[in-house]
Amino acid sequence: MADETLDAKGLNCPLPILRAKKALNKLEADKTLEILATDPGSVKDFEAFCRTTGNTLIESNQDGDVYSFLIKKTS
Amino acid sequence: MPKREKNMSNDKPKSMSIIVTKGSLDQAYPPFILATTAAAMGLDVTLFFTFYGLTLLKKKLDLKVTTLGNASMEMPMMGGHMAMPNIMAAMPGAPALTTKMMKDLIKKNGVASIDELRELAIEADVRIIACQMTLDLFDYKLEDLIDGPELGGAATYIEVATQSDINLFI
Repeated sequence: MADETLDAKGLNCPLPILRAKKALNKLEADKTLEILATDPGSVKDFEAFCRTTGNTLIESNQDGDVYSFLIKKTS
Repeated sequence: MPKREKNMSNDKPKSMSIIVTKGSLDQAYPPFILATTAAAMGLDVTLFFTFYGLTLLKKKLDLKVTTLGNASMEMPMMGGHMAMPNIMAAMPGAPALTTKMMKDLIKKNGVASIDELRELAIEADVRIIACQMTLDLFDYKLEDLIDGPELGGAATYIEVATQSDINLFI
């Protein structure tokens, strides 16, 4: 289970990333954030976001139209 | 050392500057999307607003999109795409119509408004510079603009550009 969940469904680029960044800011180090999104572009974007910021993308899944990402705050 | 690792260390953060020259609804998106995203990714971001881009700093935004000069503009319609020829722009009410269509698409697709992105950029400490010469040229007053932009000219921007990893002109 993630420590926090962010529902970014229905939002388009760049809002899922921007909302995730805000949610990560509030999170303590090593806690996890789950993000739910419907933007297909968010798959690549969360990979790039994590590579660049140094956070850890633990999981990236798809269930129907909904993508879910699990990020551990490591930066 | 690979660049990515360098970026993740505690060295000076990466940085980006954008010269913002366009003030229509469609052209306002790229600079604000890139600025907010780069800031979220830990970059120091500077936006330099000049010429028609300066209108994006007005307190009240009233952005429009026109077919004029947008030769390849198409709008999704009834399952297909309808071309929006330049000549349409000359018809009464056409710019209002294309603006309405674009705003409807923005809403339907969960795309942020420019107001929202601008707010997010300010929140993320994006440095905003308004071009002094444009202000004078088009007779804008500082009080017409949102709070916060610093005034500067070409040399101010060039100094920023020499220190930025990414420099874009939009």
